[in-house]
Amino acid sequence: MQSTLLEIMYILAGLVGISAAVHALRDKNHPHPKETAAFWGIFGITFIFGKYIPGYVTGILILIMGVLAAINRVKDGGMKTADEDQREASALKIGNKIFIPAMTIGVIAFAVGQFIPALGALVGLGLGALLSTIIAMVMTKTETKNISFEGSRLLLSLGTAAILPQLLAALGALFNAAGVGEVIASGIGGVIPQGNILAGVIAYCLGMAIFTMIMGNAFAAFAVITTGIGMPFVYAYGANPTVVGILALTAGYCGTLMTPMAANFNIVPAALLDTKNSNRVIIAQAPLAVAMLLTHIVLMYTLGF
Amino acid sequence: MIRLIGVLIILIGFYKKYNPIAVVLVAGITTGLVSGIEIVTILDILGKTFVTNRYMSIFLLTLPVIGILERYGLKERSVMLIKSMKSATTGRVIIIYTFFREMASVFGLRLGGHVQFVRPLVYPMAYGAAEKNYQSVSEDADEKIKGISAAAENYGNFYGQNVFPASGGVLLVVGTLAALEIEVIPMEVAIAAIPVAVIAFIYTVVQSVMFDGKLNQTLQKNKIEKGA
Repeated sequence: MQSTLLEIMYILAGLVGISAAVHALRDKNHPHPKETAAFWGIFGITFIFGKYIPGYVTGILILIMGVLAAINRVKDGGMKTADEDQREASALKIGNKIFIPAMTIGVIAFAVGQFIPALGALVGLGLGALLSTIIAMVMTKTETKNISFEGSRLLLSLGTAAILPQLLAALGALFNAAGVGEVIASGIGGVIPQGNILAGVIAYCLGMAIFTMIMGNAFAAFAVITTGIGMPFVYAYGANPTVVGILALTAGYCGTLMTPMAANFNIVPAALLDTKNSNRVIIAQAPLAVAMLLTHIVLMYTLGF
Repeated sequence: MIRLIGVLIILIGFYKKYNPIAVVLVAGITTGLVSGIEIVTILDILGKTFVTNRYMSIFLLTLPVIGILERYGLKERSVMLIKSMKSATTGRVIIIYTFFREMASVFGLRLGGHVQFVRPLVYPMAYGAAEKNYQSVSEDADEKIKGISAAAENYGNFYGQNVFPASGGVLLVVGTLAALEIEVIPMEVAIAAIPVAVIAFIYTVVQSVMFDGKLNQTLQKNKIEKGA
């Protein structure tokens, strides 16, 4: 049930990609309609038929997308939503009711994830999006073609950043297969002086943050850094594992706040909010992340021993 | 050591601002090749992981409705709503959202998200508060409001989640340490996560108050006279 529903969600998500491709082709003001359409078309195909295409074929398709992105031919076009006067007028006419569909996405995603575990939060997010679309359609009495128009407009303005989280997951898998983590852990482990607890604590926290920044994911860093640095330089000196363990993990989260590799937390939101600087979210987070990381070193040294 | 070449490519690529997709693909394929993995296997890992991680892009389904709501004045309405609240400031919107986001995550509720809440609600309100307090919001200020709005979601989510004993992070710590023959209890690990959750919220408050102060400095001249 869950996997069938999820597969339907993937097909619908793929259709958003296909629709962006069609709109890019039709857009007379688009600088590179064919290449942009190819990018989103291929993306849509990997979503709709991904389950049935052999892995290496998908791999080749991804390379083609990579080339299109690298030569800078995947662009936002000239699609425009309603102008400001119309939006103001409609905001006055619809009133605060407009928040109902906006809240529906999150509330349904939450309710399904929480109370219907058989379906899960992902199906919930999809269902929330569909229900919210229906409510919005009824409320605004908008034309049906605006569903694909507005979806395509936003996907084109998100740009290639939209596929980055999936690609980074694939990169993580390749790094794992190649054993990158072990090399890093042994590298850091080699420079820590033996018998100095503070040095071990600093190395454990920094190691978590740095390796998380490389992998884009603290969960991926935790086992590697705990085995390579935590065990010989922190736990071996009688640390309280309950305290030190969770602090090491959240020290990694400080790294997550500072890396473009955590694209789903940092790069996609920037694209979603249409920032000028793609690293805007990271820039906003960096001061707090550094302060938190230093705090982690202090907490681990004082509470952990 | 040669296996770290992918990491080096990533660092240089992101620093030089090359297209991130190209950088990631080159880094992945090079790492695979220097580690002696066949090119077909590399492509296979790439393709299979990409497809199994499609769930990361389910949010595409929310784009049409967000676009439609924006077309019909969602952002404009948020500005109107926030303008009716007298003491609203950008920093306070950020503090309130972070608080609710963090509490939700402490109780294991997956209530939040950049797509679900930040783009449709938090950012428009944070922006609306600035528009209310200053006659015009500069592009630079708007850009920074976007940054801190997205950041609030991450702060609340990251530092609150491990206070919930059944969270992925707590279970990962318990499981990893168990594999190293160290036994810890989920409930105690969750309690140990409380100091970080509290401190992160305090830092968020400090950052938000400073953010309001900066807006006051840069946009002060435009401040609307009270009662005018």
